[in-house]
Amino acid sequence: MSEIVQTESEFNEQPLVKVDNLVKHFPITRGLIIERQVGSVKAVDGVTFFIGRGETLGLVGESGCGKTTVGRTVLGLYPATDGSIIIDNQNVGESSKKEILVIRRKAQMIFQDPYASLNPRWTVSAIIGEPLRVHKIITNTKERDERVRELMLLVGLSPRLINRFPHEFSGGQRQRIGVARALASDPLFIVCDEPISALDVSIQAQVVNLLEELQDKFKLTYLFIAHDLSMVRHICDRVAVMYLGVIVELAERNELYENPLHPYAQALLSAVPIPDPKKDRARQRTILTGDVPSPINPPSGCRFHPRCPVMMDICSKEEPEWREILTGHWTACHAV
Amino acid sequence: MNSKLIEVNNLSTRFHIAEGTVYAVNGVSLEISEGKTLAVVGESGCGKSVTMMSIMRLIPIPPGEISSGSAVYRGQDLLKISEAEMEHIRGKEIAMVFQDPMTSLNPVLTVGRQIGESLRVHLGMNKEAARDRTTEMLEQVGIPAAGERLGDYPHQFSGGMRQRVMIAMALACAPSLLIADEPTTALDVTIQAQIVELIKRLREQLGMAIIWITHDLGVVAGLAERVSVMYSGFIVEEAIVDDLYEKPSHPYTLALLAALPRVDRRRDKRLHSILGAPPNLLVEPHGCPFAPRCNFAIQRCQEENPSLESIAPGHNIACWIDVNTGGPR
Repeated sequence: MSEIVQTESEFNEQPLVKVDNLVKHFPITRGLIIERQVGSVKAVDGVTFFIGRGETLGLVGESGCGKTTVGRTVLGLYPATDGSIIIDNQNVGESSKKEILVIRRKAQMIFQDPYASLNPRWTVSAIIGEPLRVHKIITNTKERDERVRELMLLVGLSPRLINRFPHEFSGGQRQRIGVARALASDPLFIVCDEPISALDVSIQAQVVNLLEELQDKFKLTYLFIAHDLSMVRHICDRVAVMYLGVIVELAERNELYENPLHPYAQALLSAVPIPDPKKDRARQRTILTGDVPSPINPPSGCRFHPRCPVMMDICSKEEPEWREILTGHWTACHAV
Repeated sequence: MNSKLIEVNNLSTRFHIAEGTVYAVNGVSLEISEGKTLAVVGESGCGKSVTMMSIMRLIPIPPGEISSGSAVYRGQDLLKISEAEMEHIRGKEIAMVFQDPMTSLNPVLTVGRQIGESLRVHLGMNKEAARDRTTEMLEQVGIPAAGERLGDYPHQFSGGMRQRVMIAMALACAPSLLIADEPTTALDVTIQAQIVELIKRLREQLGMAIIWITHDLGVVAGLAERVSVMYSGFIVEEAIVDDLYEKPSHPYTLALLAALPRVDRRRDKRLHSILGAPPNLLVEPHGCPFAPRCNFAIQRCQEENPSLESIAPGHNIACWIDVNTGGPR
């Protein structure tokens, strides 16, 4: 009994993933022979969060807010411009190539588009077996196929289909192949980048339930990136809302959805349709005007101020501080 | 008062392709009154778009074939009139807005010219009048500095703005019926809310009827008066919007609503998932198309396809089962 208590407190004190002030800028260059940098896309501009072991953190926001860039930078797929990323006590930025390989075994990714993320010329056996081969986990081909069959069963695919090609599967089945591939190297942490947004409603639930079952079974930790706020409330323990490269609010899911503090989070939540006609008609909506500004030249001060319904003088001048308003409920807003 | 604007009866559309025949739409009937909004809900491949394309006579024949049915718009059967007569109706009386504004707008023509074209063709306006009306339409759909943007090309607009341009183009001739095919699916949720509000406002101003096609049961809840749910080329349930969400009576509608997480509710359990995948449309329908995935299915469902029958005023379902008791109706 005391042992369990100990591990539990360890969960909270030692998060699996720690991201501190992460910055990722993409340079914009001009000139063919003599390239010079003329600016940068500030895709991620100072993002801080942690994910506990076995926890699911949701990262929501609209297209272009930088949520996918966060996911990819955390896994070291893009080198970070600044800040630190620690996965299972290893610093991703300062690791040697060898160490990065070890991190890559522990940290995997599931992609949005199940049509583009599987090589069309590879069989399922090659696709799911790739991490086993690359990381030299199983070198014998026969044994590897045996493990691939196991993984296929695990994600609800018939092992008989092991020599088929991706085009022979439906969208939902392809996403299952992507999940099996991510699981192959026994990871601790998986970044799920919009894993269900390309799927039909009836198939979305299947994939979400599969992800939850696997999390229970293998104590997985997820960073769940999505724009579907209803699904995020369902699957995530805590949720972070991004706008134009920064996190504007972060809280436990029910706290965030029932008591959003940042005006952007409030507007975002009020825009989500509810499948209940009476409730939907009675609802007060905050309709934002205009579009998200360009991340090349983000607005001064608070990035949301040009569209904010409660904008004050200070908002265009000073960047609001990232503060903990209630226990575990963080936001950056001058009006809160 | 309650006059029918369009009445689609027993429409069936097939495609003859190398692999065989695709049974895309199988005996669909719909009707809509002046100024009303009907939502047609279903997943990819359920035939919702093909139904609308058939009505608009936009199905390429061959490989397509409209094998039965009629679509009577103000006394005229759209499926029987000549192409020249259809061109008078298409764009002027019935307009369409598509899902992807980037592929539906011509990238090499200015926005002003694309909107103005339908005004000049359908209403015989001259250049100046068309220009003024185009500016007015762009203002109405909320494009800032509309007059200055007439000379801009589609790529110079953002996704939400492009969809506004599409709406302005569709509404330029003040149509009686707007067919909106997933107009907000490619957009972010805050932009989707903007577009939905815009269409609601324009609906009141112009008094047009709307057929809103979507896969999202959330969006249409606050928008439509009636909802038709499609599956595998059939309408499986139709009802007034409140009834459909409060008393869903077809197992498919029920399952679809249960598979949807809610932004306004705390999570209590796992989502209900619908087993299996949508049916293969290359096989001629036999029995209820939903039977292989249905929790309630009985022997009869495999053998006979139920037709739409009324279970309450204005509420029809195509099912042998009473979902409240779980037994046959």
